[in-house]
Amino acid sequence: MTDTPTVLPIKIAVRDLNFYYGKFQALRNIHLDIPANRVTAFIGPSGCGKSTLLRVFNRMFELYPDQRAEGQLLLDGEDLLTSKQDVALIRARIGMVFQKPTPFPMSIFDNITFGVKLFENLSRIDLEERVEWALKKAALWDEVKDKLAQSGASLSGGQQQRLCIARGIAIKPELLLLDEPCSALDPISTARIEELIAELKNDYTVIIVTHNMQQAARCSDYTAYMYLGDLMEFGDTEQMFFKPNRRETEDYITGRFG
Amino acid sequence: MNATPNTTLFSANRDVQAAFFVRRKWINRIALTLSLAAMIFGVFWLLWILWETLTLGFGGLSLTLFTENTPPPNDIGGLANAIWGSLLMVALATLIGAPIGVLSGIYLAEYDPRGTLAVTVRFINDLLLSAPSIVIGLFVYALIVLRFRQFSGWAGAVALALIVIPVVIRTTENMLSLIPASLREAAYALGAPKWKVITKVTLNAARAGVVTGVLLAVARISGETAPLLFTALNNQFWTTDLSGPTANLPVTIFQFAMSPYENWQQLAWGGVFLITLAVLGLNILARFLSRRA
Amino acid sequence: MISNTLADRLFGFLTRGAALLTLALLLGIIVSLIVGAWPAIDRFGPGFLTRNVWDPVREDFGGLVMIYGTLATSAIALLIAVPISFGIALFLTELSPAWLKRPLGTAIELLAAVPSIVYGMWGLMVFGPVLARYVQRPLQNLFGDTPVFGALVSGPPVGIGILSAGIILSIMIIPFIASVMRDVFEVTPPLLKESAYGLGATTWEVIWNIVLPYTKTGVLGGIMLGLGRALGETMAVTFVIGNMNQLRSPSLFEAANSITSALANEFAEAAPGLHQASLIYLGLVLFLITFVVLVFSRMLLMRLQRNEGGRA
Repeated sequence: MTDTPTVLPIKIAVRDLNFYYGKFQALRNIHLDIPANRVTAFIGPSGCGKSTLLRVFNRMFELYPDQRAEGQLLLDGEDLLTSKQDVALIRARIGMVFQKPTPFPMSIFDNITFGVKLFENLSRIDLEERVEWALKKAALWDEVKDKLAQSGASLSGGQQQRLCIARGIAIKPELLLLDEPCSALDPISTARIEELIAELKNDYTVIIVTHNMQQAARCSDYTAYMYLGDLMEFGDTEQMFFKPNRRETEDYITGRFG
Repeated sequence: MNATPNTTLFSANRDVQAAFFVRRKWINRIALTLSLAAMIFGVFWLLWILWETLTLGFGGLSLTLFTENTPPPNDIGGLANAIWGSLLMVALATLIGAPIGVLSGIYLAEYDPRGTLAVTVRFINDLLLSAPSIVIGLFVYALIVLRFRQFSGWAGAVALALIVIPVVIRTTENMLSLIPASLREAAYALGAPKWKVITKVTLNAARAGVVTGVLLAVARISGETAPLLFTALNNQFWTTDLSGPTANLPVTIFQFAMSPYENWQQLAWGGVFLITLAVLGLNILARFLSRRA
Repeated sequence: MISNTLADRLFGFLTRGAALLTLALLLGIIVSLIVGAWPAIDRFGPGFLTRNVWDPVREDFGGLVMIYGTLATSAIALLIAVPISFGIALFLTELSPAWLKRPLGTAIELLAAVPSIVYGMWGLMVFGPVLARYVQRPLQNLFGDTPVFGALVSGPPVGIGILSAGIILSIMIIPFIASVMRDVFEVTPPLLKESAYGLGATTWEVIWNIVLPYTKTGVLGGIMLGLGRALGETMAVTFVIGNMNQLRSPSLFEAANSITSALANEFAEAAPGLHQASLIYLGLVLFLITFVVLVFSRMLLMRLQRNEGGRA
C-alpha cells in the first residue's frame, strides 16, 4: 500500500508505530521510510496525526505522562524508542521548529548559543563563528548582525521563526523537524522560509508538517498523506500530486474534502 | 568557516560531550531532588502545624467552651463571650465593608475603567491590600477610640471592615471584567438603563465570584488579631453593647496563650482550633462555590 | 424614563462615592498617623530612626531596635522562603504526578489562609522549644567559645528571638510566594519549553534558563508580596520575638523586638503623650516601608516589561 522510495539511503525508518493519548489511539501501524537529505512533507486534515508523528521522532511526547508510543523508530538503524541513550542526547541530534515562533527570553546571540553550549564547550570566538554560521544558514544574518545583543522577542514574527530555525541548526542536528512552521506567518515571511527549506536539504534530512498543500507541493520531495491516524499514501511528491494511487488522496489534494 | 555541518565533527566531539553531559545530568538530578525536598519541607510544616493545632486544640475542646464566659486565672470557664463578640464584629464588618467594596469594584470595572480615578484607586487598593493590619488598627484608634475616649466593639468592626473593603474591591473588579462585553451589549440593546444592566445582568452573571470574594474576606478577618488589639480590646464578660470594650476570640487567644496559667493556655488552644476550623471551612466553601461558577 | 435616568445618576454617584472613599481611606490613614506621631516627630526628628533607646520613664524614645528587628526578621524570612518556594513551584509544575498536583496545590493555598495567630501560638508553644533544644543548644556547645559565631548563638535557650520569628515568618510567606510562582510557571507557553527540551536541555536547564527568565516579573511580584506580608505581620512575630528592647547582643537567639510587636504589646497600655506618639511614629515608618516596597516592585515590573520590548 505504501510506495517506498528505495534508491535513496534511509534516514529514519518507522515500523509498526502505534501512538496513544491516554486511551485514544492517534496513530495506527505506521510504516514509513524517510530518505536522507530530502524534504519529506506530512499532509492531511487536522487531527490526522501528522504533528503527533513528528513529536514521536524526538520523543517530545514523553513530557506528558498520559502519552505513549509503541513500535520502532530507527534513526540510522538505531531504535530511538528503546534506546538506552539519554533522551536529551537523542533530542540534540534532532532539531525542531514549532507552529509559532518561540524565541527564548534572552538575546539573539544567546538564543543561538543556548543549545550549542549544552553539548559543546566552545571558546567565545568559536561561539561567535557558530552564531554567524547558523544565522547565515537561516538567512537572517544580514538583518540582525548589528543587534545580536537585543532580545529575541524584539524581532518580527518571520524573523523570530528564522531565529528558531537558526537555533535548531546551530546544534548541527541530523534531522530537522518543522511543525507547520509558517502557520503564524505572513506570505512574504512564508516564502523566505520555504526558500530556506529548499537549501537546508543539502545538509539535513527535513520533515515538514503542513496543512497547506501548495506548500507541500512547492518545497518537498516526498509526501506522506495521513488520515485519522493512518498513513494513507507515501511517495514522490510530484507523482502524489499529479497521479495519486488512492482515491482518498486525490479527493483530499483536489480539495474535494478536508 | 571551520564549522561545517557533518556528522564526523559531531562524533569527534562526543568524548568531550560525554563528560560534560554527565555533569549536566548530575546538576539536573540534584536540582530536582532539592525541589522534591522543598516540597516535602513545605508539606512537613503544614502537617506539623495542623497536627499540633488539632490535637492540642481538640484537647482544649469541651462543651463549656460554648456555654461559659472567659474565666479568671486558674478557674473553669469557656469562650462563649469571645465567640459571640467575634461573630458580632465579623458580621458587622462584612455588612459595612462588603457593599462599599462591591460598589467600588463596580465603579472600577464598569464606569471608566481606564480613567485617572480608576487607575489611582486601583493603585491605592493594592496599597491597602498590603498595608499592615496593625496600622489599620492605629488609624481606627485615632479615628474612633480617641474621639469617643473608649475602646469599643464598633471600632473593632470598623477596623475589620477596612480590611474587607480592598479584598472585595479586587475580587469584584476581577470577576466583573471576566463578563463578556457582548452580554452587556445585549442588555443595552434591549434599552435597559445602565444601573439595571449592572445590577440585573453583569453583577448577576458574576455573582458566584463576588460571593467567593466576600467569603474569602470573611475568612481573612475571622483570624485577624492585630487591628483589634487597640480598638475592640477585650472584655471578660458577655456583652451585646458594642460601644464598650468587646470580647473577641483572637485577642483572647493572644492574652491567654502569653499568660503563664495552665487553664488559660488550654482555652487558647481551644480557641485556635475553632478559628482554624472556621477559616479553613470558609476557604473550602469559597473554593467550592467558585468551582461551581 | 425620568426615574431611570435619576436612578442611573444615583447609582453612578454611589459607585463613584465608594471608589472615592477608598482614596480618602489612604489619605486618612496617612494624615492620622502623622498627626498622632507629631509630638514624637517634633521632639526627635528623623534621628528617631537611628537612636537606640526606649525609655518610657524618662520619655526618651528611638526606633532603631524595632526597625532593625522588623528588617532582620523579614530578611531571614525571605532568605528561607524564596528558595523553598521556588522548589515547591518547580515540583508542582514539572515533577509532580498529575494526581498529586491538585491536592498539594490546594494544601499550599490553604496554608496561606491559616490566620497568623495560629502560626504565632504554634511557634511559641511548639516550635520555639524544639528550636532551642535541637538547634541552639548544640550550636552553643559547638561554637560557644568561637568569637564571632559564638556571639550569634548566645543567650538563654528558650527558642525565642530574631531567628525564631524569621523562621515562623518564612513558613507563613512560603505559601504566598510558592502559589504565585506556580501560577506564573504554569502560564509559560508549552511550546517555549518544548523548544528548549527539543535542543536537548534537561528539566532543570529549561526551568532555570527559560521559564525563570520568561516569568521573572511574576516571580518578583510574588517575592515582593511575601516581603510585604513579612514586614507587616504582627501576631506571628509578637509571640516569638521576645519583646525586649535590646541591641546589645547580636545573638539570633536573644529576645528582641519589631515594630509590629512593640505596637501590639505596648500601645493599648501606653500613656497618651510622647510614648504613644513614638509608637505611632513607628507605625508610620512601617507604613512607609511597605509603601516603598510596593512602589519599588511596581517600578521594577514596569521597567522589566519595557525592556522586554515587543513580546508578542
